[in-house]
Amino acid sequence: MIPPEFDYVAPQSLDAALAALREGGEDAKLLAGGHSLIPLMKLRLAAPTLLVDLRRVPGLSGIRQDGGTYRIGAMTRHHAVATEPGLGLAAKAAATIADQQVRNRGTLGGTLAHGDPASDLPAVLVALEGAVVARGEGGERRIAAGDLFQDYLTTALQEGEIITEVELPSADGWGAGYAKFNRRAEDWAMVAVCAAVRKAPDGSCEDVRVALTNMAGVPLRAGGVEQALRGGALDAPAIAAAAAQAAEGTDPPEDLNASADYKRHLARVLCRRALEEAAAAA
Amino acid sequence: MSTDEGNGLHVGRRMRRKEDPPLIQGRGKFIDDIDVAGVLHAAFVRSPEAHARITSIDTSAALARPGIHAVYTGADLDLEAGLPLAWVPPGVEVSAPVHWPLAKDEVKHVGDPVAVVIGIDAYAVVDAAEDVIVDYDPLPAVVDPEAALAGGALVHDSLGSNKVHEWSLGGDVESALAASEVVIERRFVNHRTAGAAIEPRGVIADYRAGELTVWSSTQVPHFLKLFLALQLGMTEDRVRVVAPDVGGGFGSKLQIYGEEILLAWASRRLSRPVKWIETRSENMATAHHGRDQIAYVKLGADRDGTLNALHVKIIADFGAYMMLLTPLIPSLGAFVMPGCYRWKAVRTDITGVMTNKMATDAIRGAGRPEATHYIEVTIDQLAAELGLDRLEIRRKNFIPKEDFPAETAVGMVYDSGDYHGTLDKLLSHFDPEAERGTTPDGKLRGVGFSTWTEICGLAPSRATGPGGLGIQAGLMESAMVRVHLTGSISVYTGTSPHGQGLETAFAQIVADRLGCDPEQIDVMHGDTSQGPWGLDTYGSRSLAVGGEAIARATAKVAEKVRAIVAHKLEAAADDIELRDGKFSVKGSPDKGLTLAEVAGMAYIPEDNLPEGMEPGLEELSFYDPENFVFPFGAHAAVVEVDPETGKVDVVRYLAVDDCGPAINPNLIDGQIHGGIVHAIGQALFERISYDENGQLETGSFVSYALPSAAELPSFETDRTETPSPVNSLGVKGVGEAGTIAASAAVTNAVIDALRPLGIDFINMPLTSMRVWEAIQEKGGAPA
Repeated sequence: MIPPEFDYVAPQSLDAALAALREGGEDAKLLAGGHSLIPLMKLRLAAPTLLVDLRRVPGLSGIRQDGGTYRIGAMTRHHAVATEPGLGLAAKAAATIADQQVRNRGTLGGTLAHGDPASDLPAVLVALEGAVVARGEGGERRIAAGDLFQDYLTTALQEGEIITEVELPSADGWGAGYAKFNRRAEDWAMVAVCAAVRKAPDGSCEDVRVALTNMAGVPLRAGGVEQALRGGALDAPAIAAAAAQAAEGTDPPEDLNASADYKRHLARVLCRRALEEAAAAA
Repeated sequence: MSTDEGNGLHVGRRMRRKEDPPLIQGRGKFIDDIDVAGVLHAAFVRSPEAHARITSIDTSAALARPGIHAVYTGADLDLEAGLPLAWVPPGVEVSAPVHWPLAKDEVKHVGDPVAVVIGIDAYAVVDAAEDVIVDYDPLPAVVDPEAALAGGALVHDSLGSNKVHEWSLGGDVESALAASEVVIERRFVNHRTAGAAIEPRGVIADYRAGELTVWSSTQVPHFLKLFLALQLGMTEDRVRVVAPDVGGGFGSKLQIYGEEILLAWASRRLSRPVKWIETRSENMATAHHGRDQIAYVKLGADRDGTLNALHVKIIADFGAYMMLLTPLIPSLGAFVMPGCYRWKAVRTDITGVMTNKMATDAIRGAGRPEATHYIEVTIDQLAAELGLDRLEIRRKNFIPKEDFPAETAVGMVYDSGDYHGTLDKLLSHFDPEAERGTTPDGKLRGVGFSTWTEICGLAPSRATGPGGLGIQAGLMESAMVRVHLTGSISVYTGTSPHGQGLETAFAQIVADRLGCDPEQIDVMHGDTSQGPWGLDTYGSRSLAVGGEAIARATAKVAEKVRAIVAHKLEAAADDIELRDGKFSVKGSPDKGLTLAEVAGMAYIPEDNLPEGMEPGLEELSFYDPENFVFPFGAHAAVVEVDPETGKVDVVRYLAVDDCGPAINPNLIDGQIHGGIVHAIGQALFERISYDENGQLETGSFVSYALPSAAELPSFETDRTETPSPVNSLGVKGVGEAGTIAASAAVTNAVIDALRPLGIDFINMPLTSMRVWEAIQEKGGAPA
């Protein structure tokens, strides 16, 4: 498994990284954890001419709380996200990514920039209405989760932009549920559903967020499910009735082990399970 | 006479594997760790088409790249013969296509090599290979074996048919079926799998001064030496093959691959050593696959559960070529199609079919996992049909232990068996009824059994040699035991261990017989320039055949030692015994001599040796077994099925196996554990899949799903020890046992779990979608 020839730089500042990216042109690629890009290169499905490695850029790692928002450096490893209990749903989902080696290397910014609809964290960002902060030559901009994922492996990031930070709202007061279905623990999700629920004092559903992984080319927000629950009861029949809508309007990509029908069925089952877990934790 | 039997100090002990320290410290020496000065690297250009005519190959751009020494295509080859098929049985017409290391004129499957690029480094050749321009004129791809038999497009026009092989074992079954009160008929699909060794293949060939050295990640260095000599027109004395540390084979490296022959040919042509390391993508597409049978099974029985007749018609998908043993593989299943049972008649009819897929050949178990699956699943089907207990049916029909050696309905003579014993012991470990039912969270639990036997210890030459089954080799085995002057020992075996732990087991056997520490013993293997001709490692043969050869060579050494000691101590040789690490006269243990002392005498003879005895302390044995050996056991799987998603979890797995007296229980456990995982892999996870155009859909470890520890329970294993009368160690093989046993146990357990939903039969792989679809067909899971 030998990739085509490429150049490699590991700049020591964000400005230097931006400059390298600009000079490298459209065939330059950022290297974060490398757990998606390097295998694609070895299979010769990706052939960047320049890799700009972000690992020496200071200030891109770490998790800090800023009021009601967690600000997570783009180079923060999955393991760090998985072991930060304040992150709730994001921590829960990150803990299921692939295996320990991947979690020790793979990064939050990397997985969001790659935009693989079968990855765990894009749907979490969408469900929680988080955002990424991106730096480019024109300065810094904030891209809301709902705008970030545009198509299969395609995001709103412009050429030459680098995600520096990810914003996730604090999980305080929310119960989280994550139901992931895969053949093996190390696999990408065949389908996954993430859910966050906030209860009113009377136990009813004050607010709810549900998003689906691998049910389309991008993570999907399950608006119908949310609407069915918001402001109403959170008991098992209500959850089951809402979850039955999870696959409405979806046209999931098929693969060898899952037909579209099967994936829609899984989405409904997993949605119910994720909501039950979230409601119990709320 | 203590030495021949061994003193039991080391044999039977859970000794840690001698070979592990370097391997677990990253100090193993695998093919890619070997440096040869001046080596060139090779990369293959492979067909992206399943079936096509090659209309042109333009190598000019690749050749023009810096550092490229040569690009060869099929037209350049001037080999003596195509790649070998070793099974040429007398009286059977073998309709095998010619198979060249590089395709000539047509490609027959995705991955078929078309050209090889040779250059100065591993990067340059991969880049240059992309510049070889091959024009293909696509031909219709033949993918489904039953459609291939029905007519239409041919894989090889020259053969005139896709049906290339017919072979049967067993007599008339029709009358016994007709006389049966009930006949069960099922169609099984035993799908295609990969060997999936973690180390892919790799070859270094170095031809210089008329001599050829080939290092290859292979299970069969001796076979390879022979075929290199034949194909390159060399004499065997000029060919040396080395199998270094080999990172798993599982049958996929029991092969003579075109890449091995081609690299040797290219090295001779270029006068440079050439190296090729296979990629995982290449391995999935071009290391031979296994299984891939469709079987129509008819089982006739009486209503009281008496088994009468079994008729299995196998359609074996051979893929695009017949490789080393391709047509033999289903026959290995036919030999044990009676399973553990008495029948009036058993017959297997095999039809071999060509398709535009990679060739199939031996993958761990090789024909026997398929046979066990057909027998054991069908017996459960019978039990359900008759409303009888599935274990009672088995017990009622088991060949009883007093009948051994027992001739079966297909004429094999099972050497030993106690099938009630393993089943009873299995049931002493758990209560099947307590495991069944529905869990509080709605999962359906089922229990499945597999009481299995198999044929291994390949092989008595009279049975498998040119006059028998027709493997063009006598599958005997050799051993040489050399005691050095200071008493350390080198043992040369013709087997070629590649992960089994045989260095440890062999050292234990020798240590007991010569009164020394296993750590003093080096087991040498895998280098054809050392030691005698051997027949390598596959078919669970290494201990039962290779180990016995070692025991016999060691016995010869021990006999000489006793004669020397008797001479020295002025006693009769028969009175010399091995006690506390010394050879001494019975009753006078304090006057004994150590092996080192005896070795000194043997090499400095002076007046130390009896009259007429030659000096030295080294003995050779060639052992041709009288019979195969037939290990057996009883396995049980407990599964939970999520009726909502169809997901199957194996939550308990219990195995009681009998491979004769244990040389090292750790090694047996290791083989059984790995074997079970291999079969659970087939039952639930692993499948090589080609689409209707012959494109490989499972070309990586992402899509070809090997189970990991996270998907599996901790296995519960136990043993009974029924010695085989075939060899002095009493041992039977164990390397394939778990794989042969387990798919039926898992499948039966899943069916047991699903019966409440109305599902009474299902084919592997039992993926979540397949199980869910089966549930949907029966109206879905209850809310």
